[in-house]
Amino acid sequence: MLNVKDISLTFNEATPDEKKALQGINLTLKKGDFVTVIGSNGAGKSTLMNVISGSLTPDVGDVAIGQKNVTMYPEFKRSQYIGRVFQDPMAGTAPAMTIEENLAMAYARNKKRKLKPGVNKKRRELFREYLSTLNIGLEDRLNAKVGLLSGGERQALSLLMATFTEPNILLLDEHTAALDPSRAELITNLTRDVVEKFHLTTLMVTHNMQQALDLGNRLIMMDKGQVIFDVSGKEKQALTIEKLLHEFQRIRGIQMDNDRAILG
Amino acid sequence: MFISMFGAVESGVIYAIMALGVYLSFRVLDFPDLTVDGSFVTGAAVAAIAIMHDVPTIIATLLAVVAGFVAGSITGILNTKGKINPLLSGILMMIALYSINLRIMGRSNIPLLNEPTIFTQLQEIWEGTNIDQSLNAMLLSLGVDRTPGTWSTLLVMIVVTVLIKFITDYYLKTEIGLALRATGDNEKMIRSFSANTDNLKIVGLGISNALVALSGALIAQYGGFADAGMGIGMIVIGLASVIIGEALFGTKTIMRTTLAVIGGAIVYRIVVTWALRVDFLESSDMKLITSLLVIIALVVPKVIDGQKEARRKRRKRNKLQERLKGEA
Repeated sequence: MLNVKDISLTFNEATPDEKKALQGINLTLKKGDFVTVIGSNGAGKSTLMNVISGSLTPDVGDVAIGQKNVTMYPEFKRSQYIGRVFQDPMAGTAPAMTIEENLAMAYARNKKRKLKPGVNKKRRELFREYLSTLNIGLEDRLNAKVGLLSGGERQALSLLMATFTEPNILLLDEHTAALDPSRAELITNLTRDVVEKFHLTTLMVTHNMQQALDLGNRLIMMDKGQVIFDVSGKEKQALTIEKLLHEFQRIRGIQMDNDRAILG
Repeated sequence: MFISMFGAVESGVIYAIMALGVYLSFRVLDFPDLTVDGSFVTGAAVAAIAIMHDVPTIIATLLAVVAGFVAGSITGILNTKGKINPLLSGILMMIALYSINLRIMGRSNIPLLNEPTIFTQLQEIWEGTNIDQSLNAMLLSLGVDRTPGTWSTLLVMIVVTVLIKFITDYYLKTEIGLALRATGDNEKMIRSFSANTDNLKIVGLGISNALVALSGALIAQYGGFADAGMGIGMIVIGLASVIIGEALFGTKTIMRTTLAVIGGAIVYRIVVTWALRVDFLESSDMKLITSLLVIIALVVPKVIDGQKEARRKRRKRNKLQERLKGEA
C-alpha cells in the first residue's frame, strides 16, 4: 500500500549546518499494516512523515501509494489518500468553525468540492453517528465552535476527521504527546479501535515506548536518518521496554564503535 | 437633516457591498488586502467608460465586476505563486491599478451627469408606480418638511445588497465555501484535507474585489462621476464598516456577521454625515474622522469588556471576604 524507496533528504547542504535528515530509507507497508515508529529526537521520524505526506520533497527516492508514484504530487493533492493527525491538538481542526462544518470539510477529502451545501440533513445524521462512536458527547454539540473544545476533545475530533473517509494511509505524528495521561489513553484506545474498524494502513510516530509496543503489528526504530531496527508479528509481541532499550543500546553501541574505529 | 440622513443611508447601502468584499478578504480569508483602494476605482472607471461608449448600464456594471475579479485574482497570484507577503501583494496591486485606472479612463475624471445610469433608468421605470408619492405623503404626515426626490435608489439597493448578502451566506456554507473559510482559519489543516489553498485564495480575493468593484461602479453612477482619487482610503472605510458592524451587531453566525457588516456600512455613513454637519469640521476631515471611528470601534469594546471583567472579579473578591469575615 505504501512504498518508500531509497529516500534521502539533506537540509542546508554544503553549509556548516548540513544535516542528513534521511539516508536511504526503504519501507514497505502492506495493506492494514499498523507500524509504530520510535527513535530519539532528530532521528528523522517527523521528516519521514513529512516526506510521505508531501510537505517535504526528498532529494532522491520515491514514494508510492498503491501503484501510484506520488513523489512529485503537491501536499494538497496527496492528501486525498492520506489522513493525518498532528501533535498539536490545535493543528488538525479549524477553531472558528463548528464541529459539523469541520467534519464536512473532512468528508469532502476524496471528492471534488462543489457549490452545494457542505452540511445537509443526511450528512448531519452521518456525522452524529460517527461522533457518537467517540463516546465523549460531541454528537450533541454539532453546532459548537471547535475552538471551545478541550485539547483532548479536539484531538479525538481530529482523529475522527482523519479516518472516517477511510484514507489509504493514516499518519499519526506523536498525536497523544500533548495530552494528559488519561486523555492520551483515551486517544490511544480510539486509535486502536478506528484503525481496526477501517483496516487502515497506519504509520505512527511516538516517544512513548509502551504505546509503541501496545499498538500495531510492526515496530521500527530510527536513528540518524536510518531505520536501524524493524520487527513485526510474534517477535514484536514478545518485545518489552527493557528488550527494546537493550536493542537500542546494542545497535547504537555498535555504531558508535564503528564511528570510533573510523575516527581512530 | 432628514434629507442628508436619507442620502447617508442610500450611499451606505451601496458602500455595504464594498464592505462585504472587505469582510471576505479581511475576515474570512484573514488576508489584509489593500487592493481595494485600486479595485474600487477600477470598477468605477470601467463602468463609466463603458457607459460613455453607450454600453447598456447593466452590462457596464457587470464589466466592472469582471475587472474587479481579475484585479483581486492577480493579488492572489502574487501572494500564492509569487510568494509575496499578503500586505505587499495588495499594495503592489493597488499602486499598479492607479496607473491602470488612469489608462482605462484616459483622464483623471469622467463626469456622468449627462449619461444614463442604472439609477436614472431605474427612476424612469419607478415613476410609473405610486410608491414615491405614498411614502412621501406618509413622511409629510409625520412632520418631515422636505421629502426625498425618489425612493427607487434606496429600495432597490436594499434588495440588491440583501440579495448579495444571502448569496454570500450560501456560498460560505457550500463545500467550496467551507474550504475557503478554513483557508483563513487553519490553512495547514485544510491542506491536509486535499484543498488547494492557493486556488481558494485566488478565487476568494477575486470575489472580494469583484464586490468592491461593483460597489465602485454603482457609486460612480450614483454620484455622477468616476475619479482616479475616489478610492483613496477605501480599505479603511471598508474596515470601519466591518469593525463597527461587528462591534454593534455581533458575529455569532455567518448570517449575523454579514448583516452586521451591512449595518456597519450604513452606521458609518450616518456618523460621517452627522460629523460633517458640525461647524468646524470640513469635508477634507473625512479621512481623519474615519480613522478615529475605526480606532474607537477597536478600543471601546475592549475597554468595556475589561471593565466588566474587573467588576466581576471585584464582586467575587468582596463576596469571599464577607464570607471569611462571617466565619471569623
